[in-house]
Amino acid sequence: MAFAKADNTKCGWSRRNFLATSMVSTMTAPLLNHAPATAAAAPALDPRDPFTTHMTINGRHYRLALDVRTTLLDALREHIGLTGTKKGCDHGQCGACTVLIDGHRMLSCLMLTASLEGKDITTIEGLAQADGTLHPMQQAFIDHDAFQCGYCTPGQIVSAVACVNEGHAESDADIREYMSGNLCRCAAYPNIVDAVREAKTKMKET
Amino acid sequence: MQPFAFARASDAKSAIQNHDLHRTTAVGSVNPTALYLAGGTTLLDLMKLNVVQPARVIDINDLEQTSAGQITLNDKELRLGAMSRMAIAADHPDIRRHFAVIAQSLQLAASAQIRNMASLGGNVLQRTRCTYFRDMSYPNCNKRAPGSGCAALDGINRAHAVLGTSDQCIATYPGDFAQALIALDSRVEVLGRKDVRELPFAKLHRLPGQTPHLETTLAPEDVIIAFHIPRSALARRSLFLKIRDRASYEFALASVAVALELDGNIVRQARIALGGVATVPWRALEAEQRLTGQPVNNATLEAAADAAFARAQPRGHNAFKIELGKRTLVRALRETAAMEI
Repeated sequence: MAFAKADNTKCGWSRRNFLATSMVSTMTAPLLNHAPATAAAAPALDPRDPFTTHMTINGRHYRLALDVRTTLLDALREHIGLTGTKKGCDHGQCGACTVLIDGHRMLSCLMLTASLEGKDITTIEGLAQADGTLHPMQQAFIDHDAFQCGYCTPGQIVSAVACVNEGHAESDADIREYMSGNLCRCAAYPNIVDAVREAKTKMKET
Repeated sequence: MQPFAFARASDAKSAIQNHDLHRTTAVGSVNPTALYLAGGTTLLDLMKLNVVQPARVIDINDLEQTSAGQITLNDKELRLGAMSRMAIAADHPDIRRHFAVIAQSLQLAASAQIRNMASLGGNVLQRTRCTYFRDMSYPNCNKRAPGSGCAALDGINRAHAVLGTSDQCIATYPGDFAQALIALDSRVEVLGRKDVRELPFAKLHRLPGQTPHLETTLAPEDVIIAFHIPRSALARRSLFLKIRDRASYEFALASVAVALELDGNIVRQARIALGGVATVPWRALEAEQRLTGQPVNNATLEAAADAAFARAQPRGHNAFKIELGKRTLVRALRETAAMEI
């Protein structure tokens, strides 16, 4: 298989799917029969062996066999083909790589894929409905012109969805404080605050 | 990133067994040590920079399902499981009410994403932000390479420490939560190779002295299980004040954890810890003694601040931290005394 989707997208060789050769995806991955390598019983692994992890990404089950050093961010972008999540600083300082893990916003650049056995992950690609209807937060970012270059935007939107769900978007001051982990070099901050405020209302209605 | 072997431990005991078994396993690595991985917000960052190169990484995130992941409060103490995430403790209503300085120190730290990831145990062990430590292209760092010298002593040292320094290292301890813990006389519960032990939080970190690469008193295989914080009138009248270059998501230039017990306007007991200005979480005992039995007014607060920084040693660019630290302390004391509880 070349591309990491169960419903194999037709595409020719590219750098990206060439890199994805160690990737297998299945809709019926047995999540339970792969016990984590626990404790003293586990032999010392050779770091050169691929490490197998199972997880759900945007509702789809994946079985990933990757270099154990692979971060979730690199797994998403380089191996699975989900390039919506952006690599900014790659050191946990900018927020561009924000994803939801079991509903909590986290930085995919500072997580090993190997640590995420059984986790449920949502990326920017997983927010819209199946028919293409945008998530209220995505629509609000468009309506409020809450970006210029757009590079930080996927991280901003995923982070903002969690910010609302956490109850940390009840005032503009709260939004600014609890969105501070997402930097925007174009400084679209006032419009981002406007977008989050409006989306919060819509998210509560639905 | 250098290669490493990876394992997950389901509980603290098996983590230690794993650590012991594989301590000498070094497959293609220059640094044959095993390290525990919790939230990863420090460790993976430093592994990407090659500052830290473990031969083995033992993922202990499953400890969140054990007592190390629990937060409990009774009439004697607050127990914070070390695998609890910063965000859980920061938002905990009982902690916010009865241990304000704890909740505030966590809420003012890092970003929402990092607080969702980082464990409390990992937080107190986070490494310094000193540029000369984090950037491998600087050859001189006694923390990274003992005996190689300290590039910060005569380098750009605006962010560096003025308290607890040595001629080998002036790197600032970067955290906030640790100052709240040390101010409230907290204790650390540690599982070692043989048994569980408790030590005062004040005994956890080591001054740099001549061995800045040794940052704590823990053995390599030790696992921090929990923090125990005694319940007290002091904890109720407490706050954390953090001064920094940005309004949010930034390390402290100066920070203060304060807890006071007042009798009218008279200070019966004071607890003061300083951050952003010292090499370790810094308890300002001289300032506490100066305040005890005194009324709260400008003269007594300023005298306490002078006492706190009496032994400060600036190193060029960071001289401003002495005045900034004093003013931060005076403001924190005044605000704490004015709290309605």
